[in-house]
Amino acid sequence: MIYLLLFWEFFKTGLFAIGGGLATIPFLMDISARHPHWYTMEELSNMIAVSESTPGPIGINMATYVGFSPGGVLGGIIATTAIVLPSLVIIMVIAGFLSKFRESSIVQNTFYSLRPAVIGMLGVSLASMIIPLFFNLSATAVFEFINLKAVALFALLLFGILKFKKHPIVYIAIGAIIGIIFKF
Amino acid sequence: MKELLRLYGLFFKIGIMTFGGGYAMLPILERELVEKRKYVTMEEIMDYFAVGQCTPGIIAVNTATFIGFKRRGILGGIFTTLGVVSPSVLIISLLASVLQLLAGNEIASHAFNGISVAVCTLIIQAILKLIKTGIKDIFTLIICLAAFVASFILNISPIIIVIVSAVLGVVYKAIYDKRSAKREAK
Repeated sequence: MIYLLLFWEFFKTGLFAIGGGLATIPFLMDISARHPHWYTMEELSNMIAVSESTPGPIGINMATYVGFSPGGVLGGIIATTAIVLPSLVIIMVIAGFLSKFRESSIVQNTFYSLRPAVIGMLGVSLASMIIPLFFNLSATAVFEFINLKAVALFALLLFGILKFKKHPIVYIAIGAIIGIIFKF
Repeated sequence: MKELLRLYGLFFKIGIMTFGGGYAMLPILERELVEKRKYVTMEEIMDYFAVGQCTPGIIAVNTATFIGFKRRGILGGIFTTLGVVSPSVLIISLLASVLQLLAGNEIASHAFNGISVAVCTLIIQAILKLIKTGIKDIFTLIICLAAFVASFILNISPIIIVIVSAVLGVVYKAIYDKRSAKREAK
């Protein structure tokens, strides 16, 4: 039964997540909110990190990993199959009139407003990840409320990313090392 | 059948060599498909990428489906798609099993807490890149903020947000084009 549900959730994600692998993150968060026993937000953030640092398209890596969490190897295979199925069919249908599809004004107007919506949703994913990292909601003293270590690492990494533009795996490794040294 | 297996193997290799998002596979596609095998031209690959971005799904997979379909029809599309996702399924399943053993380990938990911070900065980088192409005027800015509020505060499902924003874009552009046509007529 869980496999059927996994298939259905990832089929919907494959059908509506437009704009590549990262655009699936808001959908994966939505799934976690509705099926909290499958995986938590914190686990999802680890899955994103592993997916960025291993071979393979990040969207597929995330689907396999997220499906693996509740359903094991079979769960990963089912989630991956379900997420590629809608686009497989759609691509074959439009392959015959590719340039017409791309230049059609309806497609272009759809994307004119879809792109900003995807940005807004990714902003929500970001906020849901950052808030528990930065703020200690169970804190009793004021100075414990803000997690200064996390804020400092965040500022350092953000500066590095915007300035040096190295591969994501570099920043993930730095995050891991600093996390271990300073006992995050 | 031989050709199908060859396509599968080729895209398996491309899947392994793709690190990160869709555009990371461009140089590999160019070398394997354009230069070595002459299956497609670079212009065609760029077209596939452009369409892959405006169709649902993962861009790298969409591109693989296109090329397979072009070579060998429906079966070709299925085999290239299977090829490009196979390495992910194998590697992630293995890695996930290993990482499961680390659950509860204190050092691993410190490492992952640091990594979570890194993931946030990577998402910011992606958002900044998207803003450059996605937010062009007041209308797109409003849509972006509205999507944020709808999802964050009202908890509306991403599916609804995708559908509503797509419809709004078509309607807005239809009204906008009509108006500018009228203005021109005057």
